[in-house]
Amino acid sequence: MQYMLLCCIDEALWNGLSEDRREAVMDDYNALVREMVDSGHYRGGGKLQPSHTATTVRESSGEVVFTDGPYAETKEQLGGYHIVECADLDEALGIARRIPPLRVGGTVEVRPLDPSFKA
Amino acid sequence: MNLDRLYRTEYGRLLASLIRYCRDFDLAEDALHSAFEAALVQWRDNGPPDNPPGWLMTTARRRIMDRHRHNRMAETRHEEIAYLAGLDNDEPEVADSLRLIFTCCHPALAVPAQIALTLRTLCGLTTEEIARAFMVPVPTLAQRIVRAKAKIRDAGIPYQVPADRDLAERLDAVLAVIYLVFNEGYAARDGERLVRADLCEEAIRLGRLLVALMPDAREAHGLLALMLLHHSRRDVRTDDHGDLVLLEDQDRGRWDAAMIAEGTARVGAAMGDGAPGPYAIQAAIAALHAGSMRAEDTDWRRIAALYSLLMNALPTPVVALNRAVAVAMADGLERGLALLDDIHLPDYHHLPAARADLLRRLGRAEEAAVAYRDALDKVTHDAERRLLQRRLAEVTASPS
Repeated sequence: MQYMLLCCIDEALWNGLSEDRREAVMDDYNALVREMVDSGHYRGGGKLQPSHTATTVRESSGEVVFTDGPYAETKEQLGGYHIVECADLDEALGIARRIPPLRVGGTVEVRPLDPSFKA
Repeated sequence: MNLDRLYRTEYGRLLASLIRYCRDFDLAEDALHSAFEAALVQWRDNGPPDNPPGWLMTTARRRIMDRHRHNRMAETRHEEIAYLAGLDNDEPEVADSLRLIFTCCHPALAVPAQIALTLRTLCGLTTEEIARAFMVPVPTLAQRIVRAKAKIRDAGIPYQVPADRDLAERLDAVLAVIYLVFNEGYAARDGERLVRADLCEEAIRLGRLLVALMPDAREAHGLLALMLLHHSRRDVRTDDHGDLVLLEDQDRGRWDAAMIAEGTARVGAAMGDGAPGPYAIQAAIAALHAGSMRAEDTDWRRIAALYSLLMNALPTPVVALNRAVAVAMADGLERGLALLDDIHLPDYHHLPAARADLLRRLGRAEEAAVAYRDALDKVTHDAERRLLQRRLAEVTASPS
């Protein structure tokens, strides 16, 4: 089964950390991703640039509208995502709980992909 | 052949094995219910078989196979049929019940769903019975169960006993569910009957099952001991008017001696050699109460010491409150009162009630009255409200 790991964090909180701290977290993060690649779990993923770089697209009265900023007006914003292939939810949760930003207040959502959808 | 009794004792473990067999909660339930219905007719006509659970198992499995053949099958189903056909083991595996408990209590399910699913699958309670017990509309409860099963299927919650490194954590969740069921039975939500025996008995059944399946899990013993000791007092907790009878006023001759004996015996297993867990300690406290022939014989000093131990394992304001009360009884009312002053529990009526009680015993009637009124503002159970009202009347009637 494939799961998407959506990693969110309060950007103000993240930016408030010392550079050393952020670097240490990211080093561990990169190591974890390498581990997932080596183990064969990894199917892809990416680190997102901060939410202020986002542009949101909507339709309003039949017209397409572009807005500056992310779609959700929340303190916690998406920072990165990964897709992993796992035997079951426990395996996916076992990976998700190791994602380093959790240690500094981040959150990870684990959502199964719909197997009937194939690009 | 008492089919009802067979249902009560065998349903959970038969279902657990069928779920392992076909990996589908709904299919397993339907098949098992069909098997029981068939038994109702065939055993009446032909007499019961030599191995009733085995008969039910075989019948249910055959039913599952039939369903597979009739369904339109995707590729994976073909593989499943081959797998099913390959299994020739008729006996339910003991571990299957454990798989089922851990799956029902998986943290990916919301706790109310964990409770509903556990009672439905392991205890064989109907949706109506569970809804009634928790005072929730039947359709709500039904939806809760449907969603829980869907989550298990769609999110890939595995049907297995957790890996060793997750076991302690996951076991805590199972114990919490069982204890929630017990407490729901022990104190009705909106204050009618204070003890609903059915849920307490189901919780104890689950507790026994867990202890049988995981004999080395000390906290499982602790929880079972705690529930047995609480339940031993079920006949005297309320009087004929439905009013609350305090521990110190209960007729100890009507406590269930067999339950006390069993609970007390299990405390030893629960305490074990290393640092005891919270359920074990609470059970040890309950055992000290249960072992006192009269209220005045209670070993409050040991109880206070156990509460201090409990504070290490479970440093919550409620535990601090209980310790303060024990200290009051052991070392003097003023000492207990001083401890209560440091506790912050804004909506919990037991805190002002405890203060009120100590103040009343110290003869400080006016202060006691203030505290009783504070408690009355917060109390939720009718039986407890009436008790507080009686106390308030006592302290306002007597000259200060």
